[in-house]
Amino acid sequence: MADYDRYLPGSQRAFSRRKTISQFLHLDLLLLTPVLILMIGGLVVLYSGSDGDSGTVIRQIRNQAVGLLAMLFAAQIRLDTYRRWAPALFFASIFLLVLVPFFGVGAKGAQRWLSLGVMRFQPSEIMKLAMPLMVAAWFTRYTIPPKPAALFGALGLVIIPAALIASQPDLGTSLLVAASGFFVIFMAGLSWWYLASAAALFALSAWPAWLFLLKDYQKQRVLTLLDPESDKLGAGWNIIQSKTAIGSGGWEGKGWMQGTQSHLDFLPESQTDFIIAVLAEEFGLRGVLVLLLIYLLIILRGFWVGLKAQTGFGRLLAGAITLTLFVYVFVNMGMVAGILPVVGVPLPLVSFGGTSMVTLLLSLGVLMAISTEKRVIDQ
Amino acid sequence: MSAGREALRDTHRETVINGVRVFTAILIVVLAFSALAWRYYTLQIVQYERFLTQSDRNRVRLEAIPPKRGLIFDRKGRLLASNEPSHRLSVVVERVNDWDILLTKLKTLIALDEEAIERFEARRQYRRPYDAVPLKLQLTEEEMAVIAVNRHILPSIVIEAQLTRNYPYGELFSHGVGYVGRINERETAEIDAEAYRGTLHMGKVGLEKWYEEILHGTVGLQNVETNARGRVLRVLDSEPPVDGDDLQLHLDLDIQRAAFEALGDQRGAVVAIDPTNGGVLALVSKPGFDSNLFVNGISNRAYSGLRDSGDTPLLNRAVQGQYPPGSTVKPMIGLGGLEQGLITAETTVPDPGWYSLPGDSRRYRDWILRIRGTGHAPQVDLQMAIAESCDVYYYDLARRMGIDAMAESLAPFGLGELTGLDITSEKTGILPNTDWKRRVLGQPWYPGESLSAGIGQGYMLATPLQLAQATMVLANRGISYVPSLVWRVNGNPVDIEERPPLVASPEHWATVIAGMVGVVHSTAGTAASIGSNLSYTIAGKTGTSQVIGIAQDGVYDEDEILERHRNHGLFIAFAPAENPEIVVAVIAENGGGSSAAYPVARAVLDAWFSETQNGGL
Repeated sequence: MADYDRYLPGSQRAFSRRKTISQFLHLDLLLLTPVLILMIGGLVVLYSGSDGDSGTVIRQIRNQAVGLLAMLFAAQIRLDTYRRWAPALFFASIFLLVLVPFFGVGAKGAQRWLSLGVMRFQPSEIMKLAMPLMVAAWFTRYTIPPKPAALFGALGLVIIPAALIASQPDLGTSLLVAASGFFVIFMAGLSWWYLASAAALFALSAWPAWLFLLKDYQKQRVLTLLDPESDKLGAGWNIIQSKTAIGSGGWEGKGWMQGTQSHLDFLPESQTDFIIAVLAEEFGLRGVLVLLLIYLLIILRGFWVGLKAQTGFGRLLAGAITLTLFVYVFVNMGMVAGILPVVGVPLPLVSFGGTSMVTLLLSLGVLMAISTEKRVIDQ
Repeated sequence: MSAGREALRDTHRETVINGVRVFTAILIVVLAFSALAWRYYTLQIVQYERFLTQSDRNRVRLEAIPPKRGLIFDRKGRLLASNEPSHRLSVVVERVNDWDILLTKLKTLIALDEEAIERFEARRQYRRPYDAVPLKLQLTEEEMAVIAVNRHILPSIVIEAQLTRNYPYGELFSHGVGYVGRINERETAEIDAEAYRGTLHMGKVGLEKWYEEILHGTVGLQNVETNARGRVLRVLDSEPPVDGDDLQLHLDLDIQRAAFEALGDQRGAVVAIDPTNGGVLALVSKPGFDSNLFVNGISNRAYSGLRDSGDTPLLNRAVQGQYPPGSTVKPMIGLGGLEQGLITAETTVPDPGWYSLPGDSRRYRDWILRIRGTGHAPQVDLQMAIAESCDVYYYDLARRMGIDAMAESLAPFGLGELTGLDITSEKTGILPNTDWKRRVLGQPWYPGESLSAGIGQGYMLATPLQLAQATMVLANRGISYVPSLVWRVNGNPVDIEERPPLVASPEHWATVIAGMVGVVHSTAGTAASIGSNLSYTIAGKTGTSQVIGIAQDGVYDEDEILERHRNHGLFIAFAPAENPEIVVAVIAENGGGSSAAYPVARAVLDAWFSETQNGGL
């Protein structure tokens, strides 16, 4: 701890002060503030992205409220409770994933949803949180850095649910879920040598995967990425239009509600996955940079929480949650800007949608639980 | 228990590893965010201009506003070609997901034939994907209602309002005015694509084609902002179209109708001209067709019906039909004889009913021989030869003139060359001479052929329009004008063009015209039967032209001959003889003789003079 004290002068004093309301509610204000700014800003962009539909904005506010309550709830739970309940949550999620092919309802050629009568939900969304919890809990049973046995056990935990989700098929979510698990392994100290070999293996398997694993529509997305002009009115349309929206925004942007690409319906999915293009068109590069900065603040705070965590479980979990958030931002902004294939990834906390809003805020709630955990060792 | 395990672990090493990993992660995040920032910088700053242009091009579209086609009126201002509002069904190709499904759906709602689909396929090649390409024109009220109700399942369909050419008199003016039709593939390649943006029809035949340029007008353009589905949201700026010019014709509905009805079921043509300015008052060719059939694409069956009909309704007989003029050329040749000094008004020729060349036993018969068994009179002079259409007199005159002098005397009347009427597809006819025969047939001219030419037979061919023009020359005693259909463009009279005058002595004109008056007004005149109950004088000339050659001693018997081999009946006339107001030329195809033609001319003249007397123009 001595090392960190150098970086964190006064951190101990903070804990000796009297409890504030935020401490009482287990809130991390340094995390919450940029998150709230992002959410409010997101509403402004969403209003424009939905072409001035206040109904959409109100529904999103409701999503945000539910998400914030979930976050608050998650922040109250003791870290040890998460650790103990992680296996139960994980295996319950796997069970639900197995149910999907039999009882699931489909949309657009894929079965991803389970219906609970009044509401539908995607078990894969629960897995987004269950996965890092489980893998982090797994490593608390072993020494860090992990020995090969622990490592391969963890890999198994990652691969099985990822494969189940991939078979729905939902390759995008599958990769993101796998990533959230993998980040735990990475944070746990997976040796660089393993990482390098895994990267090499991945590169080598790309060609066979292309030939045998990827479905036509998935290949199409990759091809479209490489050359959107090849299919101007089909698969390439979205990318051409989103790049046009972004590019035509320039430095200053066209002004709020003034984006022609989004308001004249050229831009697809302007409320959900492609909402960054609305922001880029109307607020310009300035707006994009501000957005990146806010995400960076949240991410840095997440890592900070990880560094300050009292237990190995907390450290791994905080790092993984933060990296997962980062991957969402990167993949979403990358795909809309045409440097990554189009996969269904929303822009965290900004895109319209209840599920992603709640899952993300839930994971941030876990982060706050880590952040506000009592300092057992110090005291 | 778990706490005990934790205690065994090397916490210091764990935190170090974690610290290294976190900083690695931060490095990755910063690098990745830098890459994103770089990417957005490239799009928004480096390529800004390009994408801005692209986004403007996306939303702003240049749309054509087709001009209104000029209207066509008759000389009294009655509408002969109008533009009627109609609705068409168009398809925005880029919005069609499945062409077969769309067609199946549409076919359950409205009648859609294969031809329309083929035409659509051909047309869409030239259109941009967001353009609406017409599939079915002239929707009925019912069809529009059906489509409106099913609009939600047909997102790629648009209903467009437009103006469609309409010919209220149908067949009556099919050959006088012509028609417009949809621009076909060949024409698409030829026309100025910019000028015809938004225009579907163009003049195909007749006046509509001749005046296409001024009838069409100038296309207007507007910049419109559209959404991704091509719907126009607002007009940014526009340059209005200039509508086509209106044409007022010399054609007169009443005269045209009189001619049309007088011909009845008779195949043939009537051309009436105002000799004071060359304006064509009537231009009838029978049979005709309903011009409206062609406007929105005639069906193949209907078209082949017209094309393959033995009655050739598509042929504009008035300007394309070439017939031997028969005896109608006699006044003109007579004038030539007088002018060349070969004959005088007093010159007589003995008429036994036949004629033969010196040293040749072949007999050239006069048509009267079959009826009377003798000639017209023991001695026939020019006036009588014209009034009674004496062939023997003209055989003799033709022999003495020779073909070249004859052709020379006929040329100023405009035979053998285009009149220059403002209508498409006019034919020249043939005015033969020795040169012509050597050039075209590679044969020398035989003296016997001159005799045939002297009565307007043999190689000589003329169109009804040419005959009407020649009659105008006679009527005006040498003065004539290039015939024209259009009188005024947008109210401004078009220039009248005078033809080179035919100068001849007034006495010679008087002699010839007296002969022509005799045709109708003398008891033995060949058209004396229309001479009764006349309030005006008619100068005319009958003609009968052979369709097939009759053997030297053969007898033409109307009853025994195939209808298609019967003689053509012709009649040319002008009236009043002293101060002509109207000239008319009639051909009754296979009418048997001129008696099928002159009543038609009388009906046309009556129509004209009843109007004049009733205080018309």
